Amino acid sequence: MTAPATVAIKNLRIALPKSAERPYAVDGISLDLRAGKIVCVVGESGSGKSMCAHALMGLLPDTVDVTAGEIMFEGRDLLKLDDDGWRDLRGRRLAMIFQEPMTALNPLMRIGDQMAEMFEAHGLLTPRERRARALALAREVGLPDPERIVRAYPHQLSGGQRQRAMIAMALALEPAVLVADEPTTALDVTTQAQILKLIRNLQRNRNMAVMFITHDFGVVADIADQVVVLRHGKVVEEGPAATVFSAPQHDYTKALLAAVPSMDPPARAPLDDRARAVEVIGLDKTYVTSGGWFREDRRVDAARAVNFSILKGETLGLVGESGSGKSSVARLVMRLIEADRGTVRIGETDLTSLSGKALRAERHRIQMIFQDPFASLNPRRKIGHIIADGPIAAGVDTKVAFDRARDLLKMVGLDAGALERYPHEFSGGQRQRIGIARALALEPEIIVADEAVSALDVSVQAQVLRLLEDLKARLGLSMLFITHDLRVAAQICDRIAVMQRGAIVELTPTAQLFAAPEHAYTRELLAAVPGRKEQAPAA
Amino acid sequence: MKQFWKSMLKSPSGVIGLVILLLAISVAVFGPMLFPNSPWRMVQRPFLPPFTLSTVPLGTDALGRDVFAGMIFGARVSLLVGLVSTLVALIVGVPIGAMAGYFGGKVDDALMRFTEFFQTIPSFALAIVLVAILQPSIYSIVASIAIVSWPPVARLVRGEVLSLRTREYVQAAVVTGQSNSWIILREILPNALSPVIVLASLMVATAILLESSLSFLGLGDPNLISWGYMVGAGRTVIRQAWWITVFPGVAILISVLGLNLIGEGLNDALNPRLSREGR
Amino acid sequence: MLSFVAQRVVKGVIVLLAIVVLNFFLIRLAPGDPAMVMAGEAGATDQVFVKQLREKFGLDKPLPEQLFIYVKGVVTLDLGFSFRQQAPVAKLIGERLPATLLLTLTAFAISLALGVLFGTFAARFAGTFLDTAITVFALIFYAMPIFWVALMGILLFSVTMDWLPSFGYETVGANLTGPAHALDVAKHLIMPAMTLGLFFMATYTRMTRASMLEVKRLDFVKTARAKGLSDAVIQRRHVLRNALLPVVTLAGVHSGTLIGGAVITETVFAWPGIGRLMYDALLQRDYNLLLGVFVICSAMVLIFNLITDLVYRLVDPRIEFAS
Repeated sequence: MTAPATVAIKNLRIALPKSAERPYAVDGISLDLRAGKIVCVVGESGSGKSMCAHALMGLLPDTVDVTAGEIMFEGRDLLKLDDDGWRDLRGRRLAMIFQEPMTALNPLMRIGDQMAEMFEAHGLLTPRERRARALALAREVGLPDPERIVRAYPHQLSGGQRQRAMIAMALALEPAVLVADEPTTALDVTTQAQILKLIRNLQRNRNMAVMFITHDFGVVADIADQVVVLRHGKVVEEGPAATVFSAPQHDYTKALLAAVPSMDPPARAPLDDRARAVEVIGLDKTYVTSGGWFREDRRVDAARAVNFSILKGETLGLVGESGSGKSSVARLVMRLIEADRGTVRIGETDLTSLSGKALRAERHRIQMIFQDPFASLNPRRKIGHIIADGPIAAGVDTKVAFDRARDLLKMVGLDAGALERYPHEFSGGQRQRIGIARALALEPEIIVADEAVSALDVSVQAQVLRLLEDLKARLGLSMLFITHDLRVAAQICDRIAVMQRGAIVELTPTAQLFAAPEHAYTRELLAAVPGRKEQAPAA
Repeated sequence: MKQFWKSMLKSPSGVIGLVILLLAISVAVFGPMLFPNSPWRMVQRPFLPPFTLSTVPLGTDALGRDVFAGMIFGARVSLLVGLVSTLVALIVGVPIGAMAGYFGGKVDDALMRFTEFFQTIPSFALAIVLVAILQPSIYSIVASIAIVSWPPVARLVRGEVLSLRTREYVQAAVVTGQSNSWIILREILPNALSPVIVLASLMVATAILLESSLSFLGLGDPNLISWGYMVGAGRTVIRQAWWITVFPGVAILISVLGLNLIGEGLNDALNPRLSREGR
Repeated sequence: MLSFVAQRVVKGVIVLLAIVVLNFFLIRLAPGDPAMVMAGEAGATDQVFVKQLREKFGLDKPLPEQLFIYVKGVVTLDLGFSFRQQAPVAKLIGERLPATLLLTLTAFAISLALGVLFGTFAARFAGTFLDTAITVFALIFYAMPIFWVALMGILLFSVTMDWLPSFGYETVGANLTGPAHALDVAKHLIMPAMTLGLFFMATYTRMTRASMLEVKRLDFVKTARAKGLSDAVIQRRHVLRNALLPVVTLAGVHSGTLIGGAVITETVFAWPGIGRLMYDALLQRDYNLLLGVFVICSAMVLIFNLITDLVYRLVDPRIEFAS
């Protein structure tokens, strides 16, 4: 604790442009980074955490202004540096990695050249030596087949490989400070676990000071030495990781920790001898990208012999990483895309045999809640229409449909005034409630929720999950719940199906899946969930 | 809507463009009423320089016709051809693009091959050939300009529809049992409109340029005076009478500039770049 | 890469054939007897010539057969005979093609080079006086009809200042050879090429500026700054290279407009290329020649498009793999 701080941020205040919701993005923040320690700066969206990171790199957007404070590093106040001063420090003493490694790499340059630029920027080494160092770095961060990778372009790498390349680049000149801005948010859990481990190892070996920005308490639990919790640009709590997790002081921290779903599935009553609501038999779907006249077509299996059924009143979870085909299965079940083979039965009706008007007439029985609250509502239609359009199309009287829309809004916790307003007037959580109301308006038997809470902040996520559970129980619905988040799945599902490369590898009751996973891939997924060792205390 | 006008009036290019367009439209509509004289009639001696007689402020051409009167009547032809041919191009291009984008697959393939074919043909050369073969008239001019300008509309609309079709709110409309036509008309097209409006304003400008070029080459409607025709007629006597070519050209320049500025203003107002990042 | 070229060439040939078929129907769309139409206003009075045409194109045979004969003719590069000029259309075009290529390629090179240069400056100094000045000039050039620019150029540089010749490809009767001849042609080329290039220069300026400002906001530019690279390197290597991609696409799209502009430019400056030939055909209602030039123009556009596509593939590594 007494070691001198490598970086000392004191009373930093960053002003937002006048049109913004609040005057300061960051309002009087102080924090220290120390060599060999990882400081996690945690907060929900809009907390100002990313601004802090950018301020430390001198990469703030032009629209904001630092109005007060200082950032001391190696005896200098960084905020007083001129352009040349910054240029000298960036890359050499201060390095940064970003959230989205695809867009953070220049698509037209080879990976190796982008690494070599690090040395070139500071006039180090000859071009030949730079290439050799790039290769060595690629090897050090564990990139497979480094000779090939340094010659590859960003689009030829996977997400995890790109982030490794970014890390290699950042570490090239052995900087004293590494700033990591949500570096694993765009990655799958298993990849995230590997990248976190890599950062941890490299940081220890090189005794770097790390500022790690994240919204995910699981990640914090895995990696942080020190935790700083931000809210609306202010520090609400700060302390060693262990202390913050075991004895959070501030109510906001407590609420955030409580909102993180636990890995312990709650006990659920068995759902035997119930009728089947949905039955999916042998669904196959292969996407073929035509390679043109002279090249082989590319085939991706989105679904391979997918079988499952959902009982009345049951929630079936479909979990998997990106590209596992879980969203495709949701859309196949909804008949938003057509299966190559297989049957989807709702009750006694074979949905896959219908088309045109007959299909439209049955669609009301199975409804969907979408992932992105900003893309799932037509920006040019009023909420009332968004909810009532479906029933009206099904022949319900307009007035009746709007009355029902009003009731539904109340049911999902919004007031009736929302009917006359447009989507942009609502927050993400509120929009997701509107999406739920739209799905319920047609009085479905089954709800398909596709990553329905993934885009929401944890606190909002918890509320929406509660609402879904409550409505499901009250209306006796069945649910197909698609998620990449095993914690969420643990809380809401009766049974869970794990998908990998288009196939279901394991389908068991939730408790059993967490207690005794059978398939190797399931075990891998469970092991990768961040923050396993630190269980959030019950609120 | 209010919001739209507010941001439109905030952009300087939009305001200047609107002023120019309003001016041009009022000249086209009311000008001929104030100048009842036919622009084809000889009013003064030939080659009368501008600013010598107040009744003929911009001088006369080689046949003693009033250059100013010609410009005022020409405004009507230019704007009319610009607007009508753009409208026709939209009527052709929007449905083609919407169908290609929405239905995809073979429909898309067929429609897009067709569109690409028209797009690869050099547009001005095709317009020349079409007008020459159909015989120059206001109808053949409008038709050939429309024929060469609809492909970009179809491609733009297709692209928009293609990306909107996978939006979750469109999928939501599908799963709530809406029909295809309802989805295209209510959910997709209203959201694809802004870039089409921007393109349309630029297309009017291009159409005016095309019309003037055709008239310049002697492919204008022989019964209607137009700016391009005037420049073309003054070309051979440019050494003696610069004003015959200069003034109508300025008129073309200003109207096209105005429409391009409106396009920029519309673009700023309808597609605010920061709206997406703001969330 | 080779398979891509083959694919595109085959596609181009198909499009070209379709254009020829379109031509065939256009002739029949014109009011009057196709033989008369093809003969043109001057030739239609010559009964012998009209009769020859009838036989050659089998105009008394059924339509599909006529189409076959017509397409076969074009494919074997027999574009017909111009009665007015008393020469085969293919020969007339062949003689004029080099002048058009010289004009359009020069104009293209000038417009691209200057457009990218000005666009880069405008983006680099966005919001300053320089940016405003470049933007305003680009807007004005973008709105000027080419024929008017040409005439204003003549008025200014030939009539008033007497710096540059106002028409033709070379000084008539001077019989210059070697470098003197080249210089003479260059002098004649300046105004037409600048006239034609001005509009496209404005287009590329606007596109480069917009595209650079767009790319500047992308994440990888932030990465480059985080490396401590100098501003000049970031602009050149990271911003400009990415920003040029849409400019290349635009160059391809605009090749047709370039040819159209050449028709006007050549007409005003009496530049002996196929554009001027088209205008002559137009004046004399020599439809056979008109359509012949039209087919050749289309072929040029197709070739130019193919080249820009190839260039795009060379610059953007993502295309080859993502196709």
